[in-house]
Amino acid sequence: MKSNTPKELVVVSGKGGTGKTSITASLASFFPKKVLVDGDVDAADLHLLFNLKNTKTEDYYGGSIAEIIQDKCTQCGICESLCRFDAIIFEENRYVVQEMSCEGCKVCVDHCPEKAFLWKPDLNGIWMESETLHGSLIHARLTPGSENSGKLVTHVKEIGKKRAIEQNTPLVIVDGPPGIGCPAIAALTGASGLLMVTEPTPSGLHDLIRILDLAAHFKLKSCVLLNKADINPKYEALIQAEIKKFDASFIGTLPYSKIFTEAQLKGQSIVEAYPDSKESIYLKEIAKRVTSFLGL
Amino acid sequence: MKIAIASGKGGTGKTTFALALFLANSDRSVFLDCDVEEPNAHLFLKGIEKQKDVVQLLIPKVNADLCNQCGLCVKSCQFNALAMAGKAGVLVFNELCHSCGACTLICPTGAIQDVETPVGEISIYDLKGGAEFLSGRLKVGHSAAPAVIQAVKKHPSTTPYTHHIIDSPPGTSCSFVTSVSGADFVILVTEPTPFGLHDLKLAVEGVENLKLPYAVVVNRVREKDHLIKKYCAEKNIKILLELEEDRRVAEMYSKGGTLLEVLPDLKEKLNLLLSDLEDQVGANP
Repeated sequence: MKSNTPKELVVVSGKGGTGKTSITASLASFFPKKVLVDGDVDAADLHLLFNLKNTKTEDYYGGSIAEIIQDKCTQCGICESLCRFDAIIFEENRYVVQEMSCEGCKVCVDHCPEKAFLWKPDLNGIWMESETLHGSLIHARLTPGSENSGKLVTHVKEIGKKRAIEQNTPLVIVDGPPGIGCPAIAALTGASGLLMVTEPTPSGLHDLIRILDLAAHFKLKSCVLLNKADINPKYEALIQAEIKKFDASFIGTLPYSKIFTEAQLKGQSIVEAYPDSKESIYLKEIAKRVTSFLGL
Repeated sequence: MKIAIASGKGGTGKTTFALALFLANSDRSVFLDCDVEEPNAHLFLKGIEKQKDVVQLLIPKVNADLCNQCGLCVKSCQFNALAMAGKAGVLVFNELCHSCGACTLICPTGAIQDVETPVGEISIYDLKGGAEFLSGRLKVGHSAAPAVIQAVKKHPSTTPYTHHIIDSPPGTSCSFVTSVSGADFVILVTEPTPFGLHDLKLAVEGVENLKLPYAVVVNRVREKDHLIKKYCAEKNIKILLELEEDRRVAEMYSKGGTLLEVLPDLKEKLNLLLSDLEDQVGANP
């Protein structure tokens, strides 16, 4: 069999809570061969909708942090003056590194004239690989408050891509984080296409424009799904207009629906919990459109 | 008193609650929108923007004439923000730069200069009745959200106010830490769903690691007994307020309205809530 490069669909939203994860899990039902990745590493929920088997866990070290070897320190203060993160403080007559503030840039380590630093691997969390009825799921758990969330997103995406190549599957679906900062940039880097989930509210529209702008910045193609559309029907036209401006495509709507929560409470996707619902029928159509959007 | 509103999960109603808490107490507080990746408070507060400040970070710029392509800068960068691109010399990826200064310090030919580069902005708005609010906004394409959050929290306009209400970003990564650090109290807003509970647990772990006092607000409650109540009882976490699921609230939000417009009686409750927190924080400084 000839080797292939799988397509990568990344589901993003800008605003949180628009339904990314519920929709990602539902779409999974319509693509027979794929690898799933939860790229929202600091609030990962996708695994809650699947029955996980044989979860393998590995520690994740995204970088290192500095520690002062007190016996070697001559208290010259060079490290304190070079640290731009105020992570080195003088307390109880000695310099110490505040781990919460250390960004792991290594400036202090490299510029200490006494070589009085340890450079310790920083455990940022774990990443996991589980079997589900939908194939492999690569997911992670950032230790709350930890650095390197973006690197962990990149890491789970890399593993996902590797598995897809090994399993000869044509598609990786990544459930992305909200926002447009470090984790979001890491999630959308290298994507074949973005599926943006938005809602008909001032915040939904405002945040959609920012994520569309970010996608344009990285020259990525996007399609938009309007969830909870009937909450305020006048927004569809406003959203369509923005989509046009950014040369993205509109891929459909879903109604405001209680079955999102009902399915979650059952630990299933909407399509699994309510296969005959109108939402599931809409989602099947959306999956078809995603297929042609990605050119699968 | 600084009160940070956070959540773990996005879309649980952080901004909705934070705005209501602020509007019920706007005579004694200032609102800081620290969800700088997706700031939304200005869409609902409708103030008049009176000042805009640029947030800048030092980002390296390479002078190709002085660069001898030794590669020390690329090696020194822990964030992969620099790359050697053959004859084109050294490339800088602004969005990955943490502004640490490692490359500038290591460069033996002085080819790298730190240049003040805009990564975001802070808008200060006047509201009817004399209140103010600040909104931080990360520039699209940059990843330096924590720097913008820090700038909002340290902005001189915040100093006259006794109470700071800080609307924080979702998640539990460094943006969350930057936003809630230094708060006297953290209010975690969640919803009674498996996602809400799962992410609440992460947020609780985050605030406990930071040793900050906290309590919970539950939004979109549908039944008297729910999974958040059970968890909070087990963990002995105080629930400050429960808000019922109400389509009217969702519709009002979609029109740019606020919670107090649908539930005017809430104002007095939120007034008391802030006073109670004042007493509590005052008792345990």
